[in-house]
This record gives sequence, structure tokens and C-alpha cells, in this order.
Amino acid sequence: MFEIGLSHYLSVAAILFTLGILGIFLNRKNVIVILMSVELMLLAVNINLVAFSAHLGDLVGQVFAMFVLTVAAAESAIGLAILVVYFRNSGSIAVEDINIMKG
Amino acid sequence: MIQALAFYMFALITVASAVMVISARNPVHSVLFLILAFFNSAGLFVLLGAEFLAMILVLVYVGAVAVLFMFVVMMLDINFVELRQGFLQYLPLGAIIGLLMLGELFVVVGGHALTPLAIAGGSVPIPPAAAATNIEALGALIYTHYIYLFQAAGMVLLVAMIGAIVLTHRTRKGVRKQRIAVQIARRAEETIELVKVEPGKGI
Repeated sequence: MFEIGLSHYLSVAAILFTLGILGIFLNRKNVIVILMSVELMLLAVNINLVAFSAHLGDLVGQVFAMFVLTVAAAESAIGLAILVVYFRNSGSIAVEDINIMKG
Repeated sequence: MIQALAFYMFALITVASAVMVISARNPVHSVLFLILAFFNSAGLFVLLGAEFLAMILVLVYVGAVAVLFMFVVMMLDINFVELRQGFLQYLPLGAIIGLLMLGELFVVVGGHALTPLAIAGGSVPIPPAAAATNIEALGALIYTHYIYLFQAAGMVLLVAMIGAIVLTHRTRKGVRKQRIAVQIARRAEETIELVKVEPGKGI
């Protein structure tokens, strides 16, 4: 209980990742919250990488966590830009209304 | 002991604020709870000995990404009450899938075993704290062994920046802009006309 090991961090990351998925399911209309859920999932991945890096004594995990962080920042910038453009064209950000391509 | 208490505090606040992120009524509150979650996971990173990543997390996520979210939430004129509709409609399905995934993840976490190759030490062992700080070790690794990946990460950011600008930039019609070439090309004889006005008469 008071001996914090690898599995504690992995559990926190697992819970965070699941909450991210749940957020995508729950907020079907709000793209902004969906993007935030994706950020939560990437954060969970980062916690996993850093936890394994610390546990195995290997620095490469932290380097990879940094790259994940970079990609997450780029992803949110592009996602929000697409969101702004979509809102300008259609006046709403509801995901369910996005069916122009009839995919 | 203190480390364990700190871990439980950071972990609990991170998970609780993650719950609030996905369930808050107001997206502004969601963004604020996202900031809280990032701060506390930065605390987790410090506990793991990754100080540089913790600081980067605060800088990049709280300083840039969360503020970007905040800007977008506040700039778009959205009826958030309408967006909340159907929240409970997806709750059963989401809860089932979420619980299944959580169970599977816990099975994986509980039953994992490390290969002897991984335990024997990875390619780049973390130096002891007395020899080099975390940021020193990380910098020595990034700028030598991972220099190409580092450059590629920079390219990713550059492309993202250009993409965001290209997507959101628009030329508005009907805006009066200063056209310097036209201003400079004006000549006095084209624009000024001297008219002799006789007294008692108009033009």
C-alpha cells in the first residue's frame, strides 16, 4: 500500500485513459471536450512511458514522452483550427451534424 | 511514506479532475479542470524523477494548449446547453465499454512481466542524481543520439503552425486597407484643382 511501484502508476494511467474514452462517448456533441479527452488519453500514455522509464532506469522513455508531447501540442493546434473553420462555415460544432461527406 | 502520500494525493486529484473534465456542464470549467489534471500529473512526473518533463508539461500544456482551448471556447459563440443534450443517452454504452476496457487494462497491469532484456538495463541508463541532473542527461541524449528525431519533432510543430495559419486565415471583403503603392503614385496635378472663384458667384 505504501510502497509505490510501477503498477500504481500504470493503474493511474489506465484510469485516465479510460476516462478519456468515456469522455469521447459522453460528449458526442461537443468537439472541444472530445479534443480535451484526447489530450487526457495522451497524458495517460505519457505517464506510462515515464513510469516505465523510471522503473527500468532507461532514459529513452522520457525522450519518447517528449515526442508524444510535441505531437499532442501539434494535434490540438490543428484540431482547434479545423474546429474554428468548421464553426465559421456551419455555425455549430455538434459532431452529429458533421455529415457533409456522408461517410 | 511521504512519497506514497504525495503519490496518492497527485493521483487522486488527477483522476478526479479528469472526471470533471468530461462531465462539467460548462466547457470553461472543463478547461480549468484540464489544467488542474496537468498540474497534478506534473507532480507525478516529479515523483518519478522526470523533472524536465514535468516542467515541459506545465509550460506546454498549461501555458499553451490549455490557453488555446480557453481562447476557442470563449471566442466561438456556442449554445452550450444545446450541446449537453444526449449526454445521458450515451452513458450506458460508454460506461460498459469503459468498464470493459478498464478491466482489461487492469488485467494487463496485474499480469505483466518484464523480459530479462529490459530489466538488464536499456540502451541508455539513467545516470545517478549526483552525476548528472535529469535535464543534463536528457539533453545529452536528445542532441546526440536522437538529433534527427528532435529535428523531425520541430518539423511537426512547424507544419502544424503553418497548417493552423492556413486553415484559419481568411481575406475579408469590404475592408479598407492602406495601399501604399496607390498612395505613393498619387500626383498633385491629378488630385488638386485650382479654381478661380469670382466674388459673388459660386463654383
